[in-house]
Amino acid sequence: MKDNFKKDFPIFANLPKLVYLDSAATSQRPKVVIDALKNFYEKENANIHRGIYTLSEEATKNYELVREKIADFINADTDEIIFTKNATEGFNLLSNTIKELIPNGKNEIVLTDMEHHSNLLPWQNFAKRYNFKLKFIPLTKNYELDYDKAKEIINKKTAIISFTFVSNVLGTINDANKLILLANAQNALTIIDASQAIQHFKINVKKLNCDFLVFSSHKMMGPTGVGVLYGKKKLLEKMPPFLVGGGTIDSVDYENAVYLEPPRKFEAGTPNFAEVIALGNSIDYLKHISFDKIQKYEAELFEYALEKLHKIKNIKIYNPGKNKSAPVISFNIQDIHPHDIAHILNDKNIAIRAGHHCCMPLIKKLGILGACKVSGVCRASLSIYNTKEDLDKLIAALKKAQEIFGK
Amino acid sequence: MIMEIYKEHILDLYKNPQNKKILNNFTSEFSKNNLICGDTIQVQLLIQKEKIKDIGFSGDGCAISQASASLLTDKIKNMSIKQIKNLTKEDVLELLKIPISYARLNCALLPLDAIKGALENAGN
Repeated sequence: MKDNFKKDFPIFANLPKLVYLDSAATSQRPKVVIDALKNFYEKENANIHRGIYTLSEEATKNYELVREKIADFINADTDEIIFTKNATEGFNLLSNTIKELIPNGKNEIVLTDMEHHSNLLPWQNFAKRYNFKLKFIPLTKNYELDYDKAKEIINKKTAIISFTFVSNVLGTINDANKLILLANAQNALTIIDASQAIQHFKINVKKLNCDFLVFSSHKMMGPTGVGVLYGKKKLLEKMPPFLVGGGTIDSVDYENAVYLEPPRKFEAGTPNFAEVIALGNSIDYLKHISFDKIQKYEAELFEYALEKLHKIKNIKIYNPGKNKSAPVISFNIQDIHPHDIAHILNDKNIAIRAGHHCCMPLIKKLGILGACKVSGVCRASLSIYNTKEDLDKLIAALKKAQEIFGK
Repeated sequence: MIMEIYKEHILDLYKNPQNKKILNNFTSEFSKNNLICGDTIQVQLLIQKEKIKDIGFSGDGCAISQASASLLTDKIKNMSIKQIKNLTKEDVLELLKIPISYARLNCALLPLDAIKGALENAGN
């Protein structure tokens, strides 16, 4: 653990006592990203596209450069990258435009038991609107997907399978290759929620052969207000636009409009161009460190955290274990409500999350799997700026909570 | 600082809540969710002659919400419907006798909201 990434993140210099264990909700930003935002607004600010002056041309060039950077980052083609405002918008875009791609006779959508509400509610609406059936791949007792059941659930009626690469609650890394092969065999469309994966390991959309992939900037050390949707070009071309307006059209008269080719037809209105440009700096930062280093560092931290947490008495950990999980650990301590634990930890400047983590159906399932009542869980999620000292403080504070509650 | 919140009377009520029971004989009930943590509290009332004759609550919750539910359900026994409807946030905080931060206000007020919901369900 000789690397010190903490120094790259100004928040820790400003709040030296902060133990930030909520990176799955949003990551902290390195100085290079914050500086990029400030630099843009102070020295480069102009709206993109259509401006026939240097400042606007430069802004447009830098905005489009980030599209190239992202394409390179996930091994896509540049015009397969659409900027959205967040991952949620990516799913809403898909659920509102994907119907055109579904052949007659297919009327089932397959999700998993561990989806975030953002990859559940858009499909609930879709299913109600078009009279489709939702099916869910269940969990095993080890908090992994049950792939035997997946084989039964994915069939010739499956139109779409949309699943998270990494669970925001369980940390589980799902076998995307296996699910995509099952989907391909049934000629079903595949969508990956990479919101909790993109910051932890290298993603290669061509190798995965997924049809669509969604993630957000703010969980990968980039600014808020930017999401990314990757889609195979031949599919994007067949889809109608989602939000329409300025920036999406080739020509317009009072009755009709001709839309541009993807990705432009999916980017209506002035985008968060300053934030998109600064997202480019977060990608540079991640690439500069390299995923080899990130994975090694996070794996060591994660293993340390698991080992220490397992030693706490009366703890229940909802995680499949090392090598099967991103550094996200949800847990409960017997007879202490997660809200109270988070409150006591906050008193020690430790930020964790407690509740249902936008996964209410999953939390109910955990109650059943764990054979105990669960209304919420505590979640500690790690990133490269965390240290073993942070985890020691977490453990000490959890013991303090047990002391307060007299357990 | 944290000990100002997790005082003995709060922890005692968390471990041994008052009126945490299911009523067989009740005239109205109401469930309320805490949007932050997903907890649900259910309140059942037996109303006779405009007064609360019996009250029970159920559902898991944090120390603050469980203590608040215990204290409130005790307080409103034999109170008139009108008096209960006039109960405010301040009344709840006075009962709890601990400092409540913005984030925990939902927890503290969940039982009062559920009680008022049950009164409305009873046509009051």
